[in-house]
Amino acid sequence: MSLATEQASPAATRPAKPKTKRGPEHRPGLNRWLPYALLAPAVLLELFIHIIPMIVGIWMSFVKLTKFFIANWSSAPGAGLGNYKVALDFDNAVGQGLLKSFGVTVAFSLITVAFSWVLGMAAAVALQPEFRGRGLVRTLFLVPYALPAYAGILTWNFMLQRDTGAVNHVLEQLHLSDGNTFWLIGGNALVSLITVAGWKLWTFAFLTLMAGMQSIPRDLYEAASVDGAGNIRQWRNITLPSLRPVNLVLVLVLFLWTFSDFNTPYVLFGTAQPPAGDLITFHIYNASFLTWNFGTGAAMSVLLLIFLMIVTGAYLLVTGRRSRRA
Amino acid sequence: MRETRGFKIYRGVTLTVLGLFVLVPLYVMATSSLKPLKDVQGAFTWWPTNLTLAPFVDMWKTVPLAKYFVNSTIVSVAATVFSVAIAILAAFAVSRFRFRGRTVFTTTVLSTQMFPGVLFLLPLFLIFVNINNEFGLQLVGTRLGLIITYLTFSLPFSIWMLAGYFDSIPRELDEAALVDGCGPMGALWRVVLPAARPGVIAVAIYSFMTAWGEVLFASVMTTEANRTLSVGLRQYSTQTNIYWNQIMAAALVVSIPVVIGFLLAQRHFVAGVTAGAVK
Repeated sequence: MSLATEQASPAATRPAKPKTKRGPEHRPGLNRWLPYALLAPAVLLELFIHIIPMIVGIWMSFVKLTKFFIANWSSAPGAGLGNYKVALDFDNAVGQGLLKSFGVTVAFSLITVAFSWVLGMAAAVALQPEFRGRGLVRTLFLVPYALPAYAGILTWNFMLQRDTGAVNHVLEQLHLSDGNTFWLIGGNALVSLITVAGWKLWTFAFLTLMAGMQSIPRDLYEAASVDGAGNIRQWRNITLPSLRPVNLVLVLVLFLWTFSDFNTPYVLFGTAQPPAGDLITFHIYNASFLTWNFGTGAAMSVLLLIFLMIVTGAYLLVTGRRSRRA
Repeated sequence: MRETRGFKIYRGVTLTVLGLFVLVPLYVMATSSLKPLKDVQGAFTWWPTNLTLAPFVDMWKTVPLAKYFVNSTIVSVAATVFSVAIAILAAFAVSRFRFRGRTVFTTTVLSTQMFPGVLFLLPLFLIFVNINNEFGLQLVGTRLGLIITYLTFSLPFSIWMLAGYFDSIPRELDEAALVDGCGPMGALWRVVLPAARPGVIAVAIYSFMTAWGEVLFASVMTTEANRTLSVGLRQYSTQTNIYWNQIMAAALVVSIPVVIGFLLAQRHFVAGVTAGAVK
């Protein structure tokens, strides 16, 4: 009995404590479980939409998942590394296709990122000082970003038609070509892709860079002006260094986006992609859904994931070291 | 920056060139939607000589556009509501509590954000097929399935951005609310959320825009019953004709709600992106 009363006594005093000062830190039971309760819906969904699909995706890359096994895929026979061997066999049609598509995608991403960054920077610098109509121009520049991707791409598709499109019409009027260029098939497909993707993407670069520039203190520029630095030197010595953290994130995000762009090739070309515009996600999509060979598609997806992780890791490592040195 | 003569010339040239780059496609979209089919099938003209509103009428008949519109609206609104609500709770937990597993959670969310959608497309498709086989719950070809898949884009971004936004709100604010007798949920509802309104609006706009413009999942996960605008608009191309004037009219009509919404709230969006990017 005495033991029981001794145990009961601290419990009896406990309810008195919260009265002196309220707050979650004084309600240890609630505080311990509340964050998990708050996270529960997000964790469940993340499991369902990301974690489990990833595990299934990796598993898929190790089985012979052809059209015969779609309806009952858990009984698909194992393939070992077979799918990877097929995807990476560069003497073979599938491997060659993947390698070519990879090369096209690298070129597409690098040029599109550079193109978008340069345009975004040019516009952000031009709009840095206040002037009449600045808000209007800024709003106008945001329209391509706000437009649903397919609406913009369909318009470009129309403009790039050989006989009825605006692009050939303009080039002919300016005597730059005979107006009979194919833009959506053949070698020009990559040029078209970069133009269309850049049309949408540069405004995101513009938005981010403009926001970044707003946080640069004005007196830096004033001091530089007093010292006689012109606009170009001010840009090189103040704007560019101040934007370094913004740029690091921006360039990585732009690269990851363009590298996994699906909308632009899909809407621009339909399912019959020209080799010069065969971007990697589109390639994987076709490899999987046109031939119903999900196993090789999954192996390609895993390879793409590994590549993106290596690039991101390397990028963060290099830029992280550099910014520490600076 | 000084407004020297050189700078003014630079600004004039830059804004003209970029303005044309942005505007010409929008102009082509708008004017081509006002041309009869014959005119868009001939050589391109800048000025529509035979102005007509017929494409805006015909586009509803050539393709069941109204149905796709309803589908897109339901799917996008639902994806937005779920993603924002779930993200608010998760972001509050991440921003205001220190608990075991926090780093694992934030790292996972951050990394899933960089993975391309095509990576999840095939497995999700198979999981949906399996759920249908096992439980008889049809997800491929239904709006519910599409809503779930659209959370793959919007949820990680929303959690990540809102957590950054909540972090920028002084903790003293919700601690004061706790002292005043609010529970933690009360503090979230009455203090943190109102202070984070721009962030919440930005995240909501982003979620809606991604769902409204999504093409990849819509091309695989939809059948005639749940087809969204992004896939539906392709159907103006038939074997015999491509109804470019109606495509342009439809593209214009489906863009207007998003563009207006975005432009109205762009201030919040820019503030939200900045708060997220600077973190």
